[in-house]
Amino acid sequence: MTRPKLTSTMAACALALGVVVALPTGAAAQTSTLRIGLQEDPDMLDPHRARTFVGRIVFKGLCDKLFDASPDLQLVPRLATEWSFSADGLTATIKLRAGVKFHDGTAFDATAAKANLERARTLPESLRRSELATIDGVDVVDPLTIAIKLKQRDATLLSQLADRAGMMLSPATFGGDVGARPVCTGPYRFVERVQNDRIVLDKFADHWEAANYSFDRIIYRSIPDTTVRLANLRSGELDMLERLAATDVKSAQADRSLRVLFTPGLGYQGMTLNHANGDLANTPFGKDKRVRQAFSWAIDRAVINQVVFENTHPPTVQAFPPSSPYYRKDLVVPPRDVAKARALLREAGVTAPLKLEMMITNNPVDAQLGQVVQAMVQEAGFDVSLRSMEFASQLRDQQQGKFQLSRVGWSGRIDPDGNIHPFWTSRGGQNDGKYSNPTIDKLLTDARAVYDQAERKKLYDEAQTIAQDEIPVLYLYNQPWFYATSARISGFQLHPDGMIRLGGLKRQ
Amino acid sequence: MLKLILNRVLIAIPTLLIVSLFVFALQHALPGDPFLVMAGEERDPESIARLRAIYRLDDPIVVQYFAWLGQVVQGEFGRSLRTGEPVLGLILQKLPVTLQLAAASMIVALGIGLPAGIIAAVRKGTSVDYAASAVALSGLSIPNFWLGIVMILVFAVELRWLPASGYVPFFSDPIGAIETLIMPAFVLGTGLAAFIMRHTRSAMLEVLRSDYVRTARAKGLDESVVINKHALRNALIPVITLSTILFGELLAGAVLTEQVFTIPGFGKLIVDAVFNRDYGVVQGVVLCTAIGFILMNLVADLLYILVNPRLRGR
Amino acid sequence: MATAASPASGPDLLAPKQSRVWGKLSRSRAAWIGGSIVGAFVVMALLAPLLAPFDPNKTNFLLIRKPPSALYWLGTDELGRDILSRLFYGARASLMAGVVSVGIAVCVGVPVGLAAGWYGGWLDIVVSRITEALLACPFLILAIAFAAILGPSLSNAMIAIGLSAIPIFIRLARGQAISVKAEDYIEGARAVGVRDSVILVRHLAPNTLPPILVQSTLFMAQAIILEASLSFLGLGQQPPQASWGAMLNTAKNFMEQAPWMSVSPGIAICLVVIGFNILGDGLRDALDPKEA
Repeated sequence: MTRPKLTSTMAACALALGVVVALPTGAAAQTSTLRIGLQEDPDMLDPHRARTFVGRIVFKGLCDKLFDASPDLQLVPRLATEWSFSADGLTATIKLRAGVKFHDGTAFDATAAKANLERARTLPESLRRSELATIDGVDVVDPLTIAIKLKQRDATLLSQLADRAGMMLSPATFGGDVGARPVCTGPYRFVERVQNDRIVLDKFADHWEAANYSFDRIIYRSIPDTTVRLANLRSGELDMLERLAATDVKSAQADRSLRVLFTPGLGYQGMTLNHANGDLANTPFGKDKRVRQAFSWAIDRAVINQVVFENTHPPTVQAFPPSSPYYRKDLVVPPRDVAKARALLREAGVTAPLKLEMMITNNPVDAQLGQVVQAMVQEAGFDVSLRSMEFASQLRDQQQGKFQLSRVGWSGRIDPDGNIHPFWTSRGGQNDGKYSNPTIDKLLTDARAVYDQAERKKLYDEAQTIAQDEIPVLYLYNQPWFYATSARISGFQLHPDGMIRLGGLKRQ
Repeated sequence: MLKLILNRVLIAIPTLLIVSLFVFALQHALPGDPFLVMAGEERDPESIARLRAIYRLDDPIVVQYFAWLGQVVQGEFGRSLRTGEPVLGLILQKLPVTLQLAAASMIVALGIGLPAGIIAAVRKGTSVDYAASAVALSGLSIPNFWLGIVMILVFAVELRWLPASGYVPFFSDPIGAIETLIMPAFVLGTGLAAFIMRHTRSAMLEVLRSDYVRTARAKGLDESVVINKHALRNALIPVITLSTILFGELLAGAVLTEQVFTIPGFGKLIVDAVFNRDYGVVQGVVLCTAIGFILMNLVADLLYILVNPRLRGR
Repeated sequence: MATAASPASGPDLLAPKQSRVWGKLSRSRAAWIGGSIVGAFVVMALLAPLLAPFDPNKTNFLLIRKPPSALYWLGTDELGRDILSRLFYGARASLMAGVVSVGIAVCVGVPVGLAAGWYGGWLDIVVSRITEALLACPFLILAIAFAAILGPSLSNAMIAIGLSAIPIFIRLARGQAISVKAEDYIEGARAVGVRDSVILVRHLAPNTLPPILVQSTLFMAQAIILEASLSFLGLGQQPPQASWGAMLNTAKNFMEQAPWMSVSPGIAICLVVIGFNILGDGLRDALDPKEA
């Protein structure tokens, strides 16, 4: 390359830059396409094998399920229209919607529903097996009715069918690559996926509720960085995004071209505590409930909300969200009481400062939260050091008992069981701290067999009273779902499950 | 020359084997297993144990490695544990994205680095030299992720001149492609410009001191002719070599830039795969970028011989 | 890299060369400018406890994200900590990241590279293949993997950066060893039975040192940027401790609400990286024997 060539290259670059700057940009999107920014890239798009929260958001467009939950967490019909339990509670009879088609044109009926439930509970790679563990068998009663036979009474069953376990794939596609090309009955059908970038869905004209969906095309884009995600919305590359950062709420609200929406979530954020898992549990903290109580008293949940979340994340001391019928209104968040915390520590015979290690995930929000807690409990006599971990390693250490406190949360389930049974019961799958209390075990296991909401609530209330005293898990705040949309998008239905329901969404 | 190519290809085989072995070992040393990570909060020990068994993650590492190697030799790269997509398909999907970004970045890097290096060499020791160095260095000295975010906020959000993210294939929509490429290519290119500038400068200095240029000058040739015709041509040889190697490094080196500008290339794919412990994907992509790197080194050597006739006989 | 030394060996020949280098170095404006920038930051890091007006980790929930003021010259951060104080302490972490990672890379890479180049044969073949393989692995990916294996912390980030830079130094040292070995006077010295260790100390080291010094200086700049990059991925300095990279990573979430949080660590990184680069270039010009 000689000098003249070089200058011409540079001139070409400058020219290109000039041309581009002169062109109007960003407005190229078609009006009937809705572009949604997601925080993560979803995993496998096979509802029976999928694991992630964002995956569930995409399934909302792609796959219908038997039931849905209303915003106050009552079951509402989707593919199922009527349902009832037999007197002994061991058979659930479900009537299916007529005239429903899969994206491949085949009809959805009782045989297809049975095939799906069988696949979900027997496929070796299925992650729905434990959710459907109480099912003994599924019978086809008539072309639009199935009867699910249970091994034991299970009050959580229908709520499982309101999630991925109740999503229906075309049985004709079972032999193919379901995860890469899912064929469901949802309002939108799968078009393409570019991993780590986008998932494209097109409107399914034969959907039973097609009139309710106004966009022709949905593009889900994964943009992990919150700042960048918001920037993409503001520059017009997205029409809406999920999980707006709490610290961006104010500036997004101030932007008149945007709309900010939020609703309390189904889950909680808090700390998993090590009670009896390995040597690290051998501290007064793991052994003596008074020390845990002291720790809780030393934390000012309101200040956490104010400092870290700009007053957007309401403090809580229980596992159930305010939207749940099982939420206990009487469990108010107590104000901070350092004197009480110190007294409890003294009573427990602990010589302050008590050294503890708290595991946090290596992201800025968790770091900030960890440091706030660290500073607060220090005044009560806890010397907390922070150990920042990559999420994968944090989970591993948590399972292996290599932790004392671990900052994690739970996105929550419609059914109350999902928010506490795995965490509080001795053999619970997520009880990493190995908390164990036979009374709690019994209460929570009994509650699974009670179909009446009021009766069931009594059992959960009792368990919660014990938990307030013993603190198996330390609850800090409810994680609200924040969305930002372009001001031209309307009709978004907020729901505590954090999903994006595409029905009713419109562009003005 | 054919011998050289053949020789290099033969040497590349053990190198690639070492790369794959190394990456394999490294990945399995990462704490946590893919299913635990991907399950996230929805982990249930039984399912995880079952999945580990299905995907043979409980086999000894050596067994797993040879199983993988055996497949690769047959052209089968396996599937992503996270999404179930074939790894080879993913690589083919991301390769054009990455190549396009790398090419655009090299254009920026050369556009800044070459002139800066030439000017700095010709005016060595003057304030022009320092100014040129400072310009070339400034890109290197700002962390990519930060520069990227600042640029997005300024040019995409405030001024709305450029799109904030995305990938548009150049051959289907050249203007759209250039629009999306300007910012990431600038971020990456300015980072590389310093290297180009430095090499250009020292190569130019060396050539300018050579007998050959001295002779040209002694013949009374105009200084600009000496620089343009004689010095530059020779000084460019090492710069071309360097550019080729830098291009090879760019194949997987754009990790953070791809992350910030949400460009679905190798960098983003591989970082996500590392964090998700998606073994097969990491393995496949690293192998692919390593091949790219080795290939680019070979190209650099060949170019070196081509432009340097004295070496052709060897 | 050829030296001007004559076949005869002796310390007397090194002395004038070294003083010439020093002379050139002291006359090199680039080395001076770069050196003083770096020096200023080193002083800042060393004297951090004296210079910092506040405890860098002391949170104040009433003073969150306050803009620069008479009391807090550079403003406060997301936990109400004084940014100026954190900047001083952060200098320690960031400079350490540079020094330690380069130290690791040099200590491992140079001996291995010298040995491979000097002894040749199988050792060289094996080392070269491994080096090439390591170079072919994407650098940042290696650093990320190492950092993830070791766990996120500043010291592990330094180790990760150092480990992944080893092949660069192996290659450099090997090249030097080979070129020095080929010199007539070395061959002569070996022929007359001068011991390897003597040759190593008298000839190899002085010839190898300058390029390695230059490369180290330049790599220090890169290591500081890399620490920031690893911080972006959550693998760098961990809270509550400060490093410029970690400060910048937190600040990016408040780019619009609190731009001052980004400005000072951003400028600090920028300056020190430029400083190291200018110093490196200055050293190169001064140490390069080809430059008359």
